[in-house]
Amino acid sequence: MEVPRHWRLRKQRYGLVGEACPHCESKLFPPRDVCPECGKDAREPYQFSGRGEVYSFTTVYEPPTGFEEYAPYTVALVKLEEGPMVTAQLTDVNSKDVKIGMPVEMVTRKIRTDGDERGMIIYGYKFRPVLQKS
Amino acid sequence: MREVAIVGIGMTPVDEHWDKSIRELAAEAVLLALEDAQRESVDALFVGNMLSGLISQQENLGALVADWTGLRYTEAIKVEAACSSGAAAVRQALIAVASGYIDSAIAVGVEKMTEARGSEVTAALATAADADYEVAHGVSFVALNALIMQRYMHEYGWQHAHFAPFSINAHANALTNPYARLREKIDEQDYAKAKMIAYPINLLDASPIGDGAAAVLLVPRETLRKNGKPIIKIAGSAAATDSIAIHDRKDPLWLRAAEISAKKAFSQAGVGPKEIDFFELHDAFSIMSALSLEACGFAQRGQGPRLALEGQITLKGKLPITTMGGLKARGHPVGATGVYQIVEAVLQLRGAAGENQVPDAKIGMTQNIGGSGSNIITHILVRE
Ligand SMILES: [Zn+2]
Repeated sequence: MEVPRHWRLRKQRYGLVGEACPHCESKLFPPRDVCPECGKDAREPYQFSGRGEVYSFTTVYEPPTGFEEYAPYTVALVKLEEGPMVTAQLTDVNSKDVKIGMPVEMVTRKIRTDGDERGMIIYGYKFRPVLQKS
Repeated sequence: MREVAIVGIGMTPVDEHWDKSIRELAAEAVLLALEDAQRESVDALFVGNMLSGLISQQENLGALVADWTGLRYTEAIKVEAACSSGAAAVRQALIAVASGYIDSAIAVGVEKMTEARGSEVTAALATAADADYEVAHGVSFVALNALIMQRYMHEYGWQHAHFAPFSINAHANALTNPYARLREKIDEQDYAKAKMIAYPINLLDASPIGDGAAAVLLVPRETLRKNGKPIIKIAGSAAATDSIAIHDRKDPLWLRAAEISAKKAFSQAGVGPKEIDFFELHDAFSIMSALSLEACGFAQRGQGPRLALEGQITLKGKLPITTMGGLKARGHPVGATGVYQIVEAVLQLRGAAGENQVPDAKIGMTQNIGGSGSNIITHILVRE
């Protein structure tokens, strides 16, 4: 189990909190304190809207250790509307209905259990198709 | 800086070597390289390896391999750069010998992968990616390449079948390489109906893992006399990095680190893509072949598959690639792969590649890719 790691990443996993560069206005996710665009300090926290679109996707049939019970599942590169791209699982959607360019939004879901049945449940961001307003 | 030549090579077949441990595999390749160079010792040993800690519970490979090859007391370290660990070890050996600090060095790449279960190997390989922001979401190494391939096909309009010639060529070349893991011919139909691993990547897009070791022995060119045997020099060597995570790339469909390292290596060797007689590229997945050809200037952006479809990549083509089977069919013992590529290039330049010989090969290029494109090392070898 990696308790400190999961605790350390809570703002990113639950809130999609990155950083904004005060010098060139780039939005950064994940936070890295040094702006990859202009090379200057970027330490202002910035919360992303969670809206974006699917840049690419695939379905995992042969998962790594720790994810066996969830396979098959669909992962995607999601282009956030503020610019950066994130890697995340898609949820609430059938894999054959996923399309490149599809609008998606962030939701918080269970990612996996770290350890046995007494282990830690890890929550974090996944993305689902944007719900149509009725 | 001194010019550096490769005077010894050695390798084991890539296979499931259940009877051999990681130290025995490495030792076999090192001893063969020493024998080939007719030497008994070297000043330094560089061991390229990615997974020994995770799979064999063994680190400190420098001391271990030195001890097991009769080189106890010799300076030795492990070099790690994910799947490009092998070429990284060769480059460290080159820098050491070229600088004058060291007068002879062996770079050995070794990987022992069949010690663990499949899902454990999958998890170990995923450590080449971003643990917090890629792997934490259940992404395997295959899935990362699938994300790139899916977008590439979408953007440039290629169908899955258009990538078939990369795998067919690799398998055809492996057929006559006794060191290759998969010595079986495949055709378009086999490719089309292979088992899906992570759409659009199926089993025949992906290279097989395996156990293996390969080694090269480097000395200063100036210490060699012409005695009828061809002298093989390292004329270009360059490495570059990119973001470890694909989502952080400026353009996920462009291997910027391949472009940078290839341009530097070309400029050091004083040649361009047109002068390259053959190219041992890093076909861990068929999409990587296309991206590597484009980034190194052999194909236009988005047109990598065209070279393969036109038949230019076969042994008789304009730019033979993966001449001994490549990662796809020779096999991909991860940290050893970069050294296999260089050993195979030396065989070609010596005119010792047997049925796989590229006619009159004088200038060969190798490219070893770590991660999904985050650490890329290019070498250009020349027959004097
Ligand atoms: Zn900035």
